Amino acid sequence: MATHYLSVEQVEMTFATKGATTNVLKDINLAVERGEYISIIGHSGCGKSTLLNIIAGLTESTSGAVILDGKEVNAPGPDRSVVFQNHSLLPWLTVYENVSLAVNKTFSRSKSKAERHEWVLKNLDMVGMSHALSKRPAEISGGMKQRVGIARAISMEPKVLLLDEPFGALDALTRAHLQEEVMRIQDELGNTVIMITHDVDEAVLLSDRIVMLTNGPSARIGEILDIDLPRPRNRIELADNPNYNHYRQEVLRFLYEKQRKVENLAERREKAVPTNAAKKARA
Amino acid sequence: MTTSTRTETFHKPTFNAGPALIRLRDTLVKNVLPPAVILALLLGIWEMLCSSPTAALPPPSQVLSDTWELIVNPFYDYGGNDKGMGWQILASLERVAYGYLLAVVVGISLGVLVGQSTWALRGLDPVFQVLRTVPPLAWLPISLAGFQDSTPSAIFVIFITAIWPIIINTSVGVRNIPEDYRNVARVIRLNGAEYFTRIMLPAAAPYIFSGLRIGVGLSWLAIVAAEMLIGGVGIGFFIWDAWNASMLSDIVLALVYVGIVGFFLDRIVAFIGNCVTRGTTQS
Repeated sequence: MATHYLSVEQVEMTFATKGATTNVLKDINLAVERGEYISIIGHSGCGKSTLLNIIAGLTESTSGAVILDGKEVNAPGPDRSVVFQNHSLLPWLTVYENVSLAVNKTFSRSKSKAERHEWVLKNLDMVGMSHALSKRPAEISGGMKQRVGIARAISMEPKVLLLDEPFGALDALTRAHLQEEVMRIQDELGNTVIMITHDVDEAVLLSDRIVMLTNGPSARIGEILDIDLPRPRNRIELADNPNYNHYRQEVLRFLYEKQRKVENLAERREKAVPTNAAKKARA
Repeated sequence: MTTSTRTETFHKPTFNAGPALIRLRDTLVKNVLPPAVILALLLGIWEMLCSSPTAALPPPSQVLSDTWELIVNPFYDYGGNDKGMGWQILASLERVAYGYLLAVVVGISLGVLVGQSTWALRGLDPVFQVLRTVPPLAWLPISLAGFQDSTPSAIFVIFITAIWPIIINTSVGVRNIPEDYRNVARVIRLNGAEYFTRIMLPAAAPYIFSGLRIGVGLSWLAIVAAEMLIGGVGIGFFIWDAWNASMLSDIVLALVYVGIVGFFLDRIVAFIGNCVTRGTTQS
């Protein structure tokens, strides 16, 4: 078991809300190799973000363990940096400062001040944001914010890069553009990536493997699909590729035939993932 | 707990001094003309109402002629309490400064504690809710008894008046720090002190400053009342003294000064808040 770079072993998650307990995740086992790009897909509310948070260490699982590079994960840290869905840049810091806050903290001992400065610039350059170093998040577009979020995450040189629906809040064109950037960066750096998504095309285009979660409660891994498409991938060429269409169909079939949603989505979400308001009410 | 009130008080449109003269003229017409007209009208009505010989209160023209000596000569000092209006106000401001600064330090600290710790919230909140309804002057006898001296008693009254809105706003601000910012801090592994300065203070600053603004207004309200009772040099006792000497015009002049100083105190705190919280609002 310990031979895998990242392994999720028997993870189970139960939330207690208003007296009732909800089992969100059950029997999750997943092995990820170094340099792999994994997508986790499933209907909203099935617990995929919860799974990502458990891997990140932001949420503690009820039972089971996450082991990264031979060490058990039990707290968040820069070796599992997260790109949050809503970018989560700190609005009072400039683009440069948002990244340098992470870099200065992560490499406070291993890099000199000048090296850290160079490193911030290099990472912002990699996402094409060198032109906006002194801008604040409010002054740049949604796509640019997410670029900075990605720069912040990769600047920490994580062992695993965790993407939580990173393109969900963006318009289709910007999303396509950023997907290309992420492919290019991953090609360049060889990061191990786990991405949460609900977009079938995105999952097939970017991933080496797609992990499909069944509907909650007690969501488990339904199927794992290997995507054997040559890299670098090009969305226009792939549109005519029979394999690509076959993979798409597989995922669509899983989501819309085997795991068709019948319940009201909002209700389900309420049950599965306690909202902030619910958390406060409990506290 | 409304979050929508957060930005309103802080972001009034400011005018860039661009093409200077026209802009200046427009600003004058827009912002100075209306209050000037209203003021002239009110003074006119007052003059009419009080110009009959049997009127109980002096009309503005008489106030001006009666108090001309005080207006043109604000910094005379004939010993004892017989000092110019400038000295009187400065003495009051000094008391307010001590009491208010103390309230800022203690209030923000307690607010952070209550905002961070649910236990502290449960324990302290009922105490705060009861104590904050006690009128400022009700504290005066007991603080006179405790301190055996009028100056610390006045400062204590300011302190106890100003502290409640500061505590309550700070704690609301700290509790409303978005979960995302906490998560970012956890992934980067900011320690307690770094979290406090880099995330908590900037994120809660808009709330803190609205508390500080309410606090400075309340402390100026309280000082006038407190000084009426404790005597000595100060604008409050000046009013009381003038009342005992039946110098109604002096009272009117003092009220004008009190109002103007209170206005500027509010503006100063708002200005500092504007500078500090620039860019801290949500993007």
